[in-house]
Amino acid sequence: MSLTELTIADAAAGLRARKFSAVELVRAHTDAIAALNPRLNAYITTTSDAALQAATHADEALAKGEAKPLTGIPLGIKDLFCTSGVRTTAASNILKNFVPPYESTVTANLLRDGAVFVGKTNLDEFAMGSANITSAFGPVENPWKRNGDDAALVPGGSSGGSAAAVAAGLAMGATGTDTGGSIRQPAAYCGIVGLKPTYGRCSRFGTIAYASSLDQAGPMARSVRDCAIMLQSMAGFDVRDSTSVNCDVPDYSAAVGRSLKGLKVGIPAEYRAEGLSAEIEAAWQRGIEWLKAAGCEIVDVSLPHTKYGLATYYIVAPAECSSNLARYDGLRFGERVPGDTLDAMYEATRRAGFGPEVRRRIMMGTYVLSAGYYDAYYLKAQKVRSLIRRDFTESFQKVDVLLTPTAPTPAFAQGEKTDDPVQMYLNDIFTVPASMAGMPAMSVPVGLGATGLPLGLQLIGRPFDEETLLAAGSALESAAGFTHRPVIRAEGAK
Amino acid sequence: MSYTLEGRTGTWEIVVGLEVHAQVISHSKLFSGASASYGGEPNTHVSLVDAGFPGMLPVLNHECVAQAIRTGLGLRARINLESRFDRKNYFYADLPTGYQISQFTHPIVGEGTVEIELSDGTVRHIGITRLHMEQDAGKSMHDQDPTRSFIDLNRAGVALMEIVSEPDIRSPEEAGAYLRKLRQILRYLGTCDGNMEEGSMRADVNVSVRKAGEPFRTRCEIKNVNSIRYVMHAIEVEATRQIEVWEDGGEVDQETRLFDPSRNETRSLRSKEDAHDYRYFPDPDLLPLVVEQTWVDELERALPELPDDKRDRFIKQYGIPRYDASVLVAEQAIADYYEEVAKGRDSRLAANWVTGDLFGALNRTGRSIQDSPISAQALGGMLDLMADKTINGKIAKEVFEDMLETGDSAADIVERKGLKQVTDTGAIDAAVADVLARNADKVEEYRGGKDRLFGFFVGQVMKAMAGKANPAIVNEALKKVL
Repeated sequence: MSLTELTIADAAAGLRARKFSAVELVRAHTDAIAALNPRLNAYITTTSDAALQAATHADEALAKGEAKPLTGIPLGIKDLFCTSGVRTTAASNILKNFVPPYESTVTANLLRDGAVFVGKTNLDEFAMGSANITSAFGPVENPWKRNGDDAALVPGGSSGGSAAAVAAGLAMGATGTDTGGSIRQPAAYCGIVGLKPTYGRCSRFGTIAYASSLDQAGPMARSVRDCAIMLQSMAGFDVRDSTSVNCDVPDYSAAVGRSLKGLKVGIPAEYRAEGLSAEIEAAWQRGIEWLKAAGCEIVDVSLPHTKYGLATYYIVAPAECSSNLARYDGLRFGERVPGDTLDAMYEATRRAGFGPEVRRRIMMGTYVLSAGYYDAYYLKAQKVRSLIRRDFTESFQKVDVLLTPTAPTPAFAQGEKTDDPVQMYLNDIFTVPASMAGMPAMSVPVGLGATGLPLGLQLIGRPFDEETLLAAGSALESAAGFTHRPVIRAEGAK
Repeated sequence: MSYTLEGRTGTWEIVVGLEVHAQVISHSKLFSGASASYGGEPNTHVSLVDAGFPGMLPVLNHECVAQAIRTGLGLRARINLESRFDRKNYFYADLPTGYQISQFTHPIVGEGTVEIELSDGTVRHIGITRLHMEQDAGKSMHDQDPTRSFIDLNRAGVALMEIVSEPDIRSPEEAGAYLRKLRQILRYLGTCDGNMEEGSMRADVNVSVRKAGEPFRTRCEIKNVNSIRYVMHAIEVEATRQIEVWEDGGEVDQETRLFDPSRNETRSLRSKEDAHDYRYFPDPDLLPLVVEQTWVDELERALPELPDDKRDRFIKQYGIPRYDASVLVAEQAIADYYEEVAKGRDSRLAANWVTGDLFGALNRTGRSIQDSPISAQALGGMLDLMADKTINGKIAKEVFEDMLETGDSAADIVERKGLKQVTDTGAIDAAVADVLARNADKVEEYRGGKDRLFGFFVGQVMKAMAGKANPAIVNEALKKVL
């Protein structure tokens, strides 16, 4: 098997058994990036030289028997995580030359455990988007194709570069961030596993903020176990993030493959929403049967405030973003466009620096926080958010985990759904509620749809119970036997 | 005797509320580890958090919270066990993140009260509405270059306490007394150094006027006044302006104004229509601040004695007048000094010496009590010499001046200068005889009924004995002979 097809678990074992070296493993990936990135545009910045150098050190550590969990494993890092000395752009013109002198906690944790970073993956600008088409560095192409159709498809967003890179074999795993679905939805579109941990599980320190009360880093990989391995390194309390939670990080890999006997799985009625494609509904039904077969009890539940999720999200997230992005003023870092007055400089800098979707959300957020509108929008949204959270809390008194579709449709083509922003926002209809409630959730690929595109199912768990997600996710994974690979991939390129 | 202003249409009363920004004494800033100390080369006390770099997050400084709670306790105010940080959004070059983190809706400290004392002895209580924590902004410098402005972020993120009073203040004098009292409390607590010149304490002054018995009229806010004297001036000037507006048939607009001390006027800075929309919302980077009552109790137990309590104790324990007690507790260091001098001695005499001669000397030499040339111990030593009648009060003045100059102890000076009081009745009797002999005419007059000449004889005898005679013995001897 090609080195770019391995899982992290297998690669780690192979490295320890000296079947191949870290340099060979990393070079396979940097070669794949060189070959395919010009087309997929999954990476904004590649760090091949540094990666190969790191691989050399990894081999030394392996030789000395000092390997750590991720030693020699090539990973892509979403370009929203600040990486010391490596350009970090948030896919925005305003940060196109920004090189942070500090490392985010999540990437520092991965480096501590031996990971090798092969580059910074593309994303929607400031993580605002569901198709990876708002990046200032151009769109990412989904490595999958519809049957008999060469149209370039979107990889989903905002972690579209991470998803495409992992699916195409340009990284063994990648970090993502999820604010309203930005890990899960692209994972579903690209046929990989993506896990959004509980809010507070991974530190946000050094991750460029979109909406602080929702942003959460998580792993994206080609197997549930690989996500467990990555999360093990990424998770943990951090004194530098006041919203990170000080509770023990369990052994996530131990949960993979755990028996599901007696597990209660909730099926929320409200997710049978309008616009849910038949093939996804069918996949959902299959998932229910698989979990039943694995010993789970299926329970119908209701999350009555689900329908308000998206509307609430599009008040809370823009409100926070309008404030979080105020620091990009061209004064201390980032791009600056001069002006005759301070205000003129702000306007010119921000007009040139931000793309249309970012500007749209800043304006929406500014509006909903304005005097006279705050109560009607922001305050009301916070109340609805509490109700959404309560829906989940009440459901989790009856069941252990929820199973839903990840997205209403499979990947669509670049250029589709671009006329009406609301159509685009509807992609996140199933992922947003768990984000609003801060619950952990995961997307697992469970099959191909009628057009040959991957379909994902979402598992939503109790706060800090990522283990149950991993257990149920691995059951779906084995039942589905999802071994399909995209048309455009490292192997195929050779 | 209330303060009023006379207008053409009658008598006006003024209504004032103060918002005081007090810089918290702490090693590091409210949400970052950068130094909070004053001064320093521009942009040397700045962390990535203060500069608002991408991905940076605020982490609340525990010590600043303790300082805010201590201050709340010192203001006899309610401590809110749950409070919250909001973002106040606005763009300015010295505000790196584009928002100030401030406790807008849920402050850590609620209602309290400050007792003030006016020059005529009236005591009033000024209500405290709230105290909240917030970050300071950086400093814009527009005078360094003809075309460019420079920004110094040393102050950006330093913790401030905003202390808001009720509109209970009715005169410039009350405003001054309130600010002095507030500063005194903050300094006692060690929570703010109260240096208005360095900007570590500054006031926004809300002023309105009304006729007696009326509800409040529209107020104006005078921003950032940086001395107590200016606050008092600004109130008077602004109240006078508003009275003119009302009496001319106009309306006072709610607006923000600036006080210009050089022209003794206030000027409009921005009207209500131009007011910023700060788009406050809870800071999602910070959890609600929850403090335990046990911690508050612990902080309360460790509080120093507050000025009002100390004053009352001084009156009781030392038997000194209220005025003296108030003067002596003005600063913790003065109070400590006094207590050391008074310990085991005549406490009233000690109070007289401290508030009289010592304060005079400090004033004259421009020194503070902390670097007083005469230590409390040394002054006490001098009082001891008076108590055991080694020196009398007159000689004590001379000894005191010498101590001031040389720093020598009173005993050494008395020894060196031979100032020891003469109680030898023989020597005194001789001097008395001599003085009476040389002033036979005056003796006649005295005996003829001019009683007040007695003092003259005392003076002459003291002079003859270079002031060293024990005045009581001199009196006695004179009476005997005359």
